Amino acid sequence: MRRVNKDERMRMSLSLNGRRMSGEAEPRMLLSDFLRHVLGATGTHVGCEHGVCGCCTVLLDGAAVRSCLTLAVEAENRTVTTVESLAGPNGGLNALQRSFQKHHALQCGFCTPGILMSFTDFLARNPNPSEAEVVDVLSGHLCRCTGYAGIVSAVLAAAASSAQEPEQAP
Amino acid sequence: MKPRPFDYVRPDTVEEALDILAEHGDNARILAGGQTLLAMLNLRVVETAILIDITRIPELASISEDDAKVEIGAAVTQSRLLGWPALVRKLPLVACALPFVGHFQTRNKGTVCGSIAHADPSSELPLALALLDGEVVLRSRKGTRIVRAGEFQLGMLMTAREPDELITAVRFPLCKAGVAFREVARRHGDFAIIAVAATVENGNDIRVGVAGMADRPAVRRILRNGGPALRDAIDRLASELEGYEDIHASARMRRDLLRRLAPVVVEEATQCAA
Repeated sequence: MRRVNKDERMRMSLSLNGRRMSGEAEPRMLLSDFLRHVLGATGTHVGCEHGVCGCCTVLLDGAAVRSCLTLAVEAENRTVTTVESLAGPNGGLNALQRSFQKHHALQCGFCTPGILMSFTDFLARNPNPSEAEVVDVLSGHLCRCTGYAGIVSAVLAAAASSAQEPEQAP
Repeated sequence: MKPRPFDYVRPDTVEEALDILAEHGDNARILAGGQTLLAMLNLRVVETAILIDITRIPELASISEDDAKVEIGAAVTQSRLLGWPALVRKLPLVACALPFVGHFQTRNKGTVCGSIAHADPSSELPLALALLDGEVVLRSRKGTRIVRAGEFQLGMLMTAREPDELITAVRFPLCKAGVAFREVARRHGDFAIIAVAATVENGNDIRVGVAGMADRPAVRRILRNGGPALRDAIDRLASELEGYEDIHASARMRRDLLRRLAPVVVEEATQCAA
């Protein structure tokens, strides 16, 4: 049984974008704050902090979740994937990011990290989504710049182009 | 905002969780998916001295079935149930209602039992459990209690759970009837203004469940033969439940939505059965 008192800081580890990372967290620390302030991974953005805006969406063991509705301690010894994982080692954008750029799916970009992570999970499970399915997933995000149309186009185009590419050997 | 400080405990077994609950009772809160609880803690609407994280207790992570029911453990997420291959065949009503529970991103962490424990009067899963006459399994150090859905949800965010009890599972009876589910919300995934579910057996044995009209889901049985006409019965149900006013809709709008939505849902359930 793991027990941490409220005024205690616990040492915890997790896998962040394939690397083992450790830091200290008190029980009430949100995963979003742990990523940003303790581990320095500031790609994950924090908007509303009560699960409405979707900016802070990350993958926890591969599934898109709100990091503001997740305690840091809940992620202990689990796998967290953030927007920093998407670009290649030399900073080249991945197919979904390039599609966002091409279809003007962002303007200020504040909400974009969360939206990219939601669709990273969703497209992995549903490689050929309908427009309605994309809109459904997008309903878990707020974007105040784009009016969403560009985001829907970008996701559908990314799905279509990855369907044309030959399957890569695992 | 950030939550007020609390102690965090992550038991490995149900027994450990029950010991902590027996000691702390009302000063403790159970953390499963946390998709409502953590928002409320962040907003400081809720405070707790101790948070008991039950998500890593292996025996709470199962979906099991027998001839009569499907039992869903307290750590099973909504998205895991949605991805359960037998869901549409065994629990078609739950399959219809689950996509309306929160968003893709919250279903990945939110649990089925957590939604029922929270007992929001407009929630989809408590409505489905009430309409199907399901059960809640409660455990404490004193033993196990099985409580029927209608006796579990007592009012707005209020349930029959005692402070030392843990909801270990909910049980949905297998459903062979035709089913349908619809809701009206400002945006898909938002809280329903009203939600209506129906089951139809033998073409005339109709059960209608309504969420968002009262402090808990309301379920009525309507017999198409002999009883009052369907529309009359729904009309009386709308008047009886009254509805309530909030920022999203007036009580009158809720009654009106029920009168329009319920016949559509019953028709869909009838078609589904046929």
